[in-house]
Amino acid sequence: MNEAFIIATLAAAIRAGTPVVYATIGEIFAERAGVLNLGVEGMMLVGAVVGFMVGVNTGSATTGLLAAMIAGGLLSLIHAFLTVTLYVDQVVSGLALTIFGTGLSAFLGQDYVGVSGPQFAALKIPVLSQIPFLGPILFEHDILVYLTFLLVPLAGYYIHRTRPGLHLRAVGENPATADVMGVSVARTRYFYVFVGGVLAGLAGANLSLAYTPGWIEGMTAGRGWIAVALVIFGFWQPGRAMLGAYLFGGVQSLQFSLQTIGVVIPVYFLGMLPYVFTVLVLIIATQEQVRRHIGAPAALGIPYKRGER
Amino acid sequence: MVSTSTLQTVSRENEIVVSMREVTKRFPGVVANDRVTFEARRGEIHALLGENGAGKSTLMNVLTGLYTPEEGEIAINGQPAQFRSPKDSIAAGIGMVHQHFKLVETQTVTENVILGLDAPRFRLDMSRAEADVAKLSEQYGLKIDPKAYIWQLSVGEQQRVEIIKALYRGAQILILDEPTAVLTPQETEELFITLRDMVAKGHTIIFISHKLDEVMSIADRVTVLRGGKVVATVNARDTNKAELAEMMVGRPVLFRLDRPALEPGEMVLRVEELHAENDKGLPALRGISFYVRAREIVGIAGVSGNGQSELAEALNGLRPITRGRIFLNGREITTLSAREIIDAGVAHVPEDRHTDGSVGDMNLTENIILKRYRHPPIARGPVIDWNQAREMSSELVSRFNVQAPGLDTRARLLSGGNLQKLILARELSAEPALIVAMHPTQGLDVGATEYVRQVLLEQRAAGAAVLLISEDLDEVMQLSDRILVIYEGEIMGEASGEKADRAQIGLMMAGQRQEVGY
Ligand SMILES: Nc1ncnc2c1ncn2[C@@H]1O[C@H](COP(=O)(O)OP(=O)(O)O)[C@@H](O)[C@H]1O
Ligand SMILES: [Mg+2]
Repeated sequence: MNEAFIIATLAAAIRAGTPVVYATIGEIFAERAGVLNLGVEGMMLVGAVVGFMVGVNTGSATTGLLAAMIAGGLLSLIHAFLTVTLYVDQVVSGLALTIFGTGLSAFLGQDYVGVSGPQFAALKIPVLSQIPFLGPILFEHDILVYLTFLLVPLAGYYIHRTRPGLHLRAVGENPATADVMGVSVARTRYFYVFVGGVLAGLAGANLSLAYTPGWIEGMTAGRGWIAVALVIFGFWQPGRAMLGAYLFGGVQSLQFSLQTIGVVIPVYFLGMLPYVFTVLVLIIATQEQVRRHIGAPAALGIPYKRGER
Repeated sequence: MVSTSTLQTVSRENEIVVSMREVTKRFPGVVANDRVTFEARRGEIHALLGENGAGKSTLMNVLTGLYTPEEGEIAINGQPAQFRSPKDSIAAGIGMVHQHFKLVETQTVTENVILGLDAPRFRLDMSRAEADVAKLSEQYGLKIDPKAYIWQLSVGEQQRVEIIKALYRGAQILILDEPTAVLTPQETEELFITLRDMVAKGHTIIFISHKLDEVMSIADRVTVLRGGKVVATVNARDTNKAELAEMMVGRPVLFRLDRPALEPGEMVLRVEELHAENDKGLPALRGISFYVRAREIVGIAGVSGNGQSELAEALNGLRPITRGRIFLNGREITTLSAREIIDAGVAHVPEDRHTDGSVGDMNLTENIILKRYRHPPIARGPVIDWNQAREMSSELVSRFNVQAPGLDTRARLLSGGNLQKLILARELSAEPALIVAMHPTQGLDVGATEYVRQVLLEQRAAGAAVLLISEDLDEVMQLSDRILVIYEGEIMGEASGEKADRAQIGLMMAGQRQEVGY
């Protein structure tokens, strides 16, 4: 294995991991507020198709991206309304959202399969991309990749070092306390579920406008579920979650790059690994002891009603 | 000139800072506050006294804006106030320390103190906030480490955080809901010193309690609530315990229980070096040894969360024992299942009478036969003889004085006291050798409390061994022949029931081993 191979694989890992980074950070925000949203996959699909359609019709990838973010955000508000206002079970509502989003995206995208549209092109960053080894790995990507380099540390800072972040954590840990301290639990939960939806929509558009430009039904291929698992794997910390996403991206890119150098591991075996990993993480995380230990928000999944005993 | 200024000072001292008029708050099926009128003056400690369920917490939750009353008016410092949420009442200078603390366990003291404030706008300046917290804690003698996480703190320290939280927001009026329920006697004394200091600094304290001794020792005035209504507001120095008790309960109350001296019999329960873990997998019992003989009540005192629940569960086969042995009448029962332990003659009055003590959706008869449906005469071969069952439950329900519309009433509809009587009826009618009773009177009204204590004393006289686990030190001291104090899963020492010294027990509750007793 030579250096060029390693560089190409790592660079591809980052590109492949980036959509998952967005979706995971979004889900971290929602879960930190105490709302589990299993609709990530559905919101990503809708984001992918809406982003692509608007991109094709306006000729602008940026406009497509914004439309995808709005679409994801709107979809997430359904989940917020059902779970925060109507106290519907979060698992049921989230699953319903994914089923709905899958169907809706297939319906919307019927006439767009095989169409070509605008895309975010790679931008080499002048000086930085000249750094030996790291340069080509980190600084020869499209703008969406660079944005995650900012988003992830900012998200970590926001959660731990700011006033709204403190309120966010309090609402997810102990909503009754947040409530008596004057933090509106409902407003906080709506807002961060919405943030999660916006980022899931962005993640979808990242696929259809940058990573694999175009629309194919079900093109997220389970990345939404992987994001849900990565939130747990990342202990609800953006930085760790990003590493997890790159790990996923690495396995994905290995599938292709190993073939190019003639290694014969069945592609399907490698392709299966992220999903096996997802299942394992979810099984382990259902243990109550493990959950507390890795810092799961204590009120995750529990509707909050004032005065309820 | 001189006379007017004196007048002003006087009126300022007696100034009414909280005024609630004709406040009514309903919950589905109950009127928690029924046209309650309540006033507190600047610089006083005003006790709100009443039995469990009298409506004390509800009234204060209305005052802080957590609940919206159906009727009534509130004025603070003479200004009409309509609080939509606690945020509004905080702004008006009201702070409340809830009975169940409102703290985020995974955050630090300082993070909890600044939670919900509008400043700083965005970036948290933790070192500055920590310095402020340290200053307040110094000023009011509330010792606390501003950087500690809540989960690392004792209950007493957590209470200090709650008080600091209110002071940080500039609270002039501080409400404390049953603040001593979780404290050792020494911590209670410290709290009282802090409270007296606070009124001297001009704060007003509303002190919720159902304990008469406390109210008599700390309060300037007392408002008594019963069944959601105000009975009276009186000056503490113009009244006495008996009068307050009668107002609170609605009839004269006996303070003494008759506990005749008895010669203890054979050893019934022997526990050797018992170890068990809590739900988080951490050690909860660390080598506990003791015994209980027939015809004696052994009390386990301690602040909640020191292994009491785990001990009760381990003895009843509901929690795995990691090390150590348990003997009942000389026979080892360490590894027996819950069912085998029941059959061996152990009765259990569990901590939570709703989730562990009864099945809410089953009726009285079904609850009564829960532990004996497998044996004759209730069992006839593979089927249940419902006539027998009903006969038995009807007999027990009247013997234990359970008030219910009928035998087919669902258990969930019983009041706390009647449900506890039903559980006692089931547990005690089998004439157990050992009774493990955990918080048997928690949350009961005075009448039901007296009844339950009487029943435990009767069981003792009838030859049972009783292990009484309770956080109510008065109860433990009143009923027990011997008292053991538990702290962090270990026994700190033993004292005899009659000669027990509260201060010494208090030290043991705080973790100091004492060689005392007889
Ligand atoms: N959130 C609630 N929902 C329904 N009923 C309640 C609620 N809070 C209190 N109650 C009822 O209102 C009455 C008064 O309760 P509470 O104010 O807690 O009494 P106290 O604090 O004096 O023990 C009780 O009958 C109680 O069951
Ligand atoms: Mg109360």
